Amino acid sequence: MMLPIVILIPLIGAILLAFSRGMSVKNAGRIAGGFAIVSLFLARPNCEWSLPWMPDADIALRFSMDGLSFLFVVLVSLVTVFAILASILKGKGDRAYFALILVLQSALYGVFTARHFIPWFLCWEMTLIPAWLLIRLWGGPGAPKAALRFFIMTLGGSAFMLVGFLALQLSVGTMDFDALGKLAAQGELTGALAKSFAFTGMSGHSLLTVVALAVFLGLAVKIPIVPFHAWLPAAYAEAPTPVTMLLTGLLSKMGVYAMLRIFLPVFPEVLPSLAPLLTWLAVATVLLGAVAALAQTDLKRMLAYSSVNHLGYCTLAIAAVAASQVDRAAMSSALSGVILQAFNHGIIASALFSGIAILEIRSRGQRGLNDFGGLRAQTPVFCGLFGIAVFASLGLPGLSGFIGEFLIFNGAFAITPAAAALSVIGLLLTAVFLLRMMRKVFWGPLKPSLAKWEDLTKEERILFGFLLLLIVVPGLFPQVLLHFANPAIVELLDLLRPIP
Amino acid sequence: MTPAWTLISAFAAALIVLLLPARAAMASRMVALVASVIGAVAAGSACLAKLANPAAAPWSFDREWIPNFGSRFHLAADGLSLTLLFLTGITAIAGVLFSWNIEKRPRAFFAFFMTIIGGVYGVFLSRDAFLLFVFYEIVILPKYMLIAIWGSTNKEYGAMKLTMYSIGASALILIGLVAAYAAAGATSFDIAHLAAATYPSAMQAWAFPVLFLGFAVLAGIWPFHTWAPTGHVAAPTAASMLLAGVVMKLGAFGALCVAMPLFPQGFEQYKALIAGLAVVGIIYGALTALSQKDLKFIIGYSSVSHMGFILLGLAAANHWGLRGAVLQMISHGIIAGLLFGIAGRVVYERTHTRDLGELGRFDLWKSLPGAAFAFTLATAASMGLPGFSGFVAEISVIIGLWQVYPWLTIAVAAGIILTGVFSLRALYRAFFPEREAAAAPPPKLPPLTWPEISAIVLLLTVSIAIGIYPKPWIQLIDDGLRSPLFQSFLSLP
Repeated sequence: MMLPIVILIPLIGAILLAFSRGMSVKNAGRIAGGFAIVSLFLARPNCEWSLPWMPDADIALRFSMDGLSFLFVVLVSLVTVFAILASILKGKGDRAYFALILVLQSALYGVFTARHFIPWFLCWEMTLIPAWLLIRLWGGPGAPKAALRFFIMTLGGSAFMLVGFLALQLSVGTMDFDALGKLAAQGELTGALAKSFAFTGMSGHSLLTVVALAVFLGLAVKIPIVPFHAWLPAAYAEAPTPVTMLLTGLLSKMGVYAMLRIFLPVFPEVLPSLAPLLTWLAVATVLLGAVAALAQTDLKRMLAYSSVNHLGYCTLAIAAVAASQVDRAAMSSALSGVILQAFNHGIIASALFSGIAILEIRSRGQRGLNDFGGLRAQTPVFCGLFGIAVFASLGLPGLSGFIGEFLIFNGAFAITPAAAALSVIGLLLTAVFLLRMMRKVFWGPLKPSLAKWEDLTKEERILFGFLLLLIVVPGLFPQVLLHFANPAIVELLDLLRPIP
Repeated sequence: MTPAWTLISAFAAALIVLLLPARAAMASRMVALVASVIGAVAAGSACLAKLANPAAAPWSFDREWIPNFGSRFHLAADGLSLTLLFLTGITAIAGVLFSWNIEKRPRAFFAFFMTIIGGVYGVFLSRDAFLLFVFYEIVILPKYMLIAIWGSTNKEYGAMKLTMYSIGASALILIGLVAAYAAAGATSFDIAHLAAATYPSAMQAWAFPVLFLGFAVLAGIWPFHTWAPTGHVAAPTAASMLLAGVVMKLGAFGALCVAMPLFPQGFEQYKALIAGLAVVGIIYGALTALSQKDLKFIIGYSSVSHMGFILLGLAAANHWGLRGAVLQMISHGIIAGLLFGIAGRVVYERTHTRDLGELGRFDLWKSLPGAAFAFTLATAASMGLPGFSGFVAEISVIIGLWQVYPWLTIAVAAGIILTGVFSLRALYRAFFPEREAAAAPPPKLPPLTWPEISAIVLLLTVSIAIGIYPKPWIQLIDDGLRSPLFQSFLSLP
């Protein structure tokens, strides 16, 4: 019973906020933060909950939290709390804004714990409405167009995914992820599809490929993978910065998580034939993200593309796992890398966008690469803390960004060496644009207009302190995170054995 | 409370309202509200009792009525009827709440309103074909009055068209029923008795389409749907809610519980045609809705599209299809009521326009945030997203259809995507318009009133409750579908 309570706590907070007329914005933010953090302390790994929905179609609202889900649930509550804190510091938002963030949090909990397609898709779509409204109503001048594009592309991808799963329901009779995974591991999906879609005259393998591509489309828009990223730069740039933290820190992870939880286990029968496509899309994502980031002068857009690049590494590792199916050591390394990268990127991106938020607060909304200069002398603490986040992002060993990328490349080189080698260029470019940002913003002579800037306030230091703690500790002791993920990795590897 | 209270409370309320002193607006509202709540509670408690004790014999009431031709006053409530009664009760409450501010002849308005409700309850409860037909006809006159007196936009035309269609359809029903009555020995109008008789296949081949069409016109089957959009638009909000929410369901209910059981062989011949027309209706309704500029017309055509799913479920004629059809009756009743309530009452009363372009001027998400939020959820429900009742219904219909006509399933998927497109277009253009930064600031609008908020919350709660936990509803419907009435064309697993 604990699991639904954890999932619903933020939603209850949202309803409470929606009906408390006349509450001050500051209090609304505090209450939202409270609800966001309380659920974290109640979450425990290894619990299950299920409610029959339409038993004769094997549909149940089944939620289960294993170690892997637990990691993402922790990430959700941490990033949500940071986003709420950043909003309060920025003086952004009102009751409805905080209520929507809490709705988003509940939906995300659901996405990361649901084990049947129906509740999972329900939560997946439930993230869309609050995210769309948060961008649309509290974003910058270009927000309406950006929000609309985000909404339509995501929904379009989801429509394909829904059709794909309906096809599975109609032919296999279930949409339960675990049940589908078991059937797939025995190589039964192709046969079932071929039998029930016999009237189309297509082979089971090509039918399953179509289904897998439909599902992939839905996930690819969310992560996003090139060429389905068109919504991202405008949406990230126009959204209020705390919302951008949620978008990159959490919403993109929905796609990565679903790749691990759904795409890999359900479609092993067609993975070998899809793997080359996946691999080269991943390389394109890594390189395009890095090159585009290099070309930006808006800090938020630059970090947006940097996120595309970082999540490209996750896709690269997933593609490598899909391609191999035999090399257990390499696959295990790649999968561990994906999970660490997803978690750590969420935290690091939160720290980076918090830094942008602080620049925006001080400069009243400016965030151009050339708007600042020489801040190191004026705000040394900010410079130091932000610098740590930047170095974590470009993968300095000892900080959390390093270990995920290391494990990903470790696995990918063993399986798809050419793609991995090309992707290394992405790592170098990341270092170039991130260091250029540090140089332009913090070094050089101080711009006269910035001479009155104050260094971080106490609240801001606390926010950054927590974020950096979460960057340093997993960097030094990645086992803290892997300890939770390992059983799920082993389980996944067992499902991915080549079909006899 | 027995299900009889639904019928009694509705007709009693209609009478009481007429006895009130002239211009007693508040009193007539309260009477209508109390009667609607009694109806909903009676239906709801009967549903709960049925769930708690599924083996109990269903409530029934059987008295001699017109012995000359063997018509009895026979009412009964199995799980199927109970869910539809509950839907009617909920729609009635929401309709009264959305009509709270009617100042023009309130007594007459609520008297007509409660008469329609009573007639609808009667149809869902009747087990005698003649009695069912009488209740069916009771609905027609007040429907005309509500539209012709309290309506808007082309109200005489809309009211007349709707009534003409209804009367024409009733004539067909009467022909079909009398033919069955005569062929079954001219002794009884009891539906079970008529269904047990066997009719020559030559007769079924003409009698089924006559009877089915008579009912299906009211369910908005393409190409006999044209009364629906004009009627919905002309009607006052509460009447649109009743029309789309429950009156259209009468047609579907009649088709399912009278036409199909009476003439199963005729149905067998025509079911492919029905399925085809239903799919055309789904896609045609969605495409037409996509090109409309009036918010109420959009909802009206979306009703045609959604009713297509009911007909499709009936045409599939298997357990899943029928279950989905009934679920869609309930779901569409709730969601159409919600959409009409928000568009026709909440928004139109404040802005006096339903044109998408004109509405854009008001920046509704800023000036009426509550309505914008509610309409967003209603749109999500109407699109059939999981978590709302529409999804439960549509997935059942699709599973059922798949077993019979797999190719049509693919056309239906296209229809679902079109539904998403037109719903989002309407939501976006009406409530979240993109405005020029230099445009004049939107005018201030009065906030939502408590009756409006309660009606919206009530309808949304029911839709989400079904969407999150459909099991009890499915149990009730399955119970109804086990009735011997349906076994001639259906084999339960």
